[in-house]
Amino acid sequence: MSSTTMEPSAPAQGKWWIGLFLVIAVLVAIRAGIGEGMGRAYVQTESTSYAAATDDQGRVTWSAVADGAAGSATIERDVFRTAGQYRAAEAASPNQQAIRFSWDRTIGLWLAAFFTLAVFSFLVGDNPAYKFTESIVIGVSAGYWMAVAFWETLVPKLVAQLAPGLVKAWCMPNLDAGAINLDALIPLGLGIMLLSQLTPLGRHVGRWPLAFVIGTFAGLKMISHVESDIIEQVRATMLPLVVFGDDGSFAAWASIRNLLIVAGVLCTLVYFVFSIEHKGPVGRAARVGVWFLMITFGSAFGFTVMGRIALLAARFEFLFIDWLWLIDPKGQRTMAAVSAAAELGSSLLNTI
Amino acid sequence: MSRSIALLICLMGGLTMLVSPFLPMATGWANDVTDWFNILAAMAFVLGGGSLLKVQLMRLSARGPGWGYSALTLLAFIVTLWVGLGKVGVVADPSAPTVAWSGKPDDEGSAFWWIYLYVMTPITSTLFAVLAFYVASAAFRAFRAKNVEATLLLATAFVILLGRTFAGVVLTGWLPDWASGLRLENLAVTIMDVFNTAGNRAIIIGIALGVASTGIRLMLGLDRSYLGGDA
Repeated sequence: MSSTTMEPSAPAQGKWWIGLFLVIAVLVAIRAGIGEGMGRAYVQTESTSYAAATDDQGRVTWSAVADGAAGSATIERDVFRTAGQYRAAEAASPNQQAIRFSWDRTIGLWLAAFFTLAVFSFLVGDNPAYKFTESIVIGVSAGYWMAVAFWETLVPKLVAQLAPGLVKAWCMPNLDAGAINLDALIPLGLGIMLLSQLTPLGRHVGRWPLAFVIGTFAGLKMISHVESDIIEQVRATMLPLVVFGDDGSFAAWASIRNLLIVAGVLCTLVYFVFSIEHKGPVGRAARVGVWFLMITFGSAFGFTVMGRIALLAARFEFLFIDWLWLIDPKGQRTMAAVSAAAELGSSLLNTI
Repeated sequence: MSRSIALLICLMGGLTMLVSPFLPMATGWANDVTDWFNILAAMAFVLGGGSLLKVQLMRLSARGPGWGYSALTLLAFIVTLWVGLGKVGVVADPSAPTVAWSGKPDDEGSAFWWIYLYVMTPITSTLFAVLAFYVASAAFRAFRAKNVEATLLLATAFVILLGRTFAGVVLTGWLPDWASGLRLENLAVTIMDVFNTAGNRAIIIGIALGVASTGIRLMLGLDRSYLGGDA
């Protein structure tokens, strides 16, 4: 498609975008300088000690004990605290260090806001901020799912089968480490063949693992689909067309409802049969089936729109509540939260 | 020869899964094959990552337009992979506090968790949220009640959208009790319970029949498109 002559040139577009981002930056700077500021995250370090106990069978189990108990191991982790909780702690004990400002989570908050605005900016048009965000999410998604696949599947199902002792000592202390399972060499071999697709020779070698995946998946899905999607759905459609209530009276609405469901399923299935020409009674049934399908698609459309709008509202909530601090529906930042956090303050006083 | 072995592997994999519900002795085989399938599916993620690396490195070395974005993608990929595989910032699991690597990579406070919470989630959820505008725009341009089918689709979408929000209660709340079935919130429930159930059920049965027939075609080697080339 040829571009129209009304479109601005690339340098003009670039200047326009730079101007827009500068305006946003100035507005954010003004907001940051007003009142309580914006976009800060707080954390508190929670420390828990654990002591080991060995049962009759020699299994070691760890349970939480009082801090600093002899022979115990301590785990420390930072957990979120609201600005209101931070203020409550400060009011209870100025310059306390238990609840503190978190640099990494604050930077994350601002970065998330930038990414959110960058994606929204695509509504106006393609721009460098959107492209930047798009590039980041592609790389992050690939890395994320690769790491998840490694820790969730490859380590427990493959490495742990071939080197159980090593995996138990390294990262899965609760693993029931038995003998080495050499059967795991089969998926390892197939996996290496699959990865060889990245090499010029891999097209032919990669066929076998691909055939295994496709065959297994076909068998797996056939069983589950036939069981849950055919047998169960047909069973659920076998409804009484004349329904009587508990007192023996005729239940008109329940009867109509069941009749509509049975007729709807049958008519829609008739529409899906393309080996018979849709003429006469078959054509009329297929037409009714199309009406049921249209109602189904309409409701699916309605729910899709509602789902997207709910996501949109969630993003605006993030921007206005968590980042800009313009609204505070849960009272997380107001001093009213002091009363809610009074218990926390007193417990901090005891520990400091 | 290579193709014949591939077809045999496909048949054996599929048959193992198919006979397992009928033969008690095959249950163990099916469990093993499922584990192998999961391992290969995980390997496919590694393949995907490797492919991304290969393509982006080629674009980077060619210095074509937008090579800077390829560099960014590579950087994001490598950093995420490093913090994920290295469990950067992960503390030990309470069930084994002395084993440093026992924690989950996405535990709160870890670098991997940080990337998920502050990079992946905002971007992906905003991408889906932005679709609200495009769906609304497309609907405004495409929805025309020009025949019975289109009118049904349009009317159902309106009833569902209004009936599932407070707007429906405001618009039709005045209807008397004897006509309460016509209130938008009740109409939405009826549509979901009756018409949507019937339509969806037929679609599900149709899909399942399609899956079963495609599965049989694949296992019998009638569909060999996955092998590539002239199948």
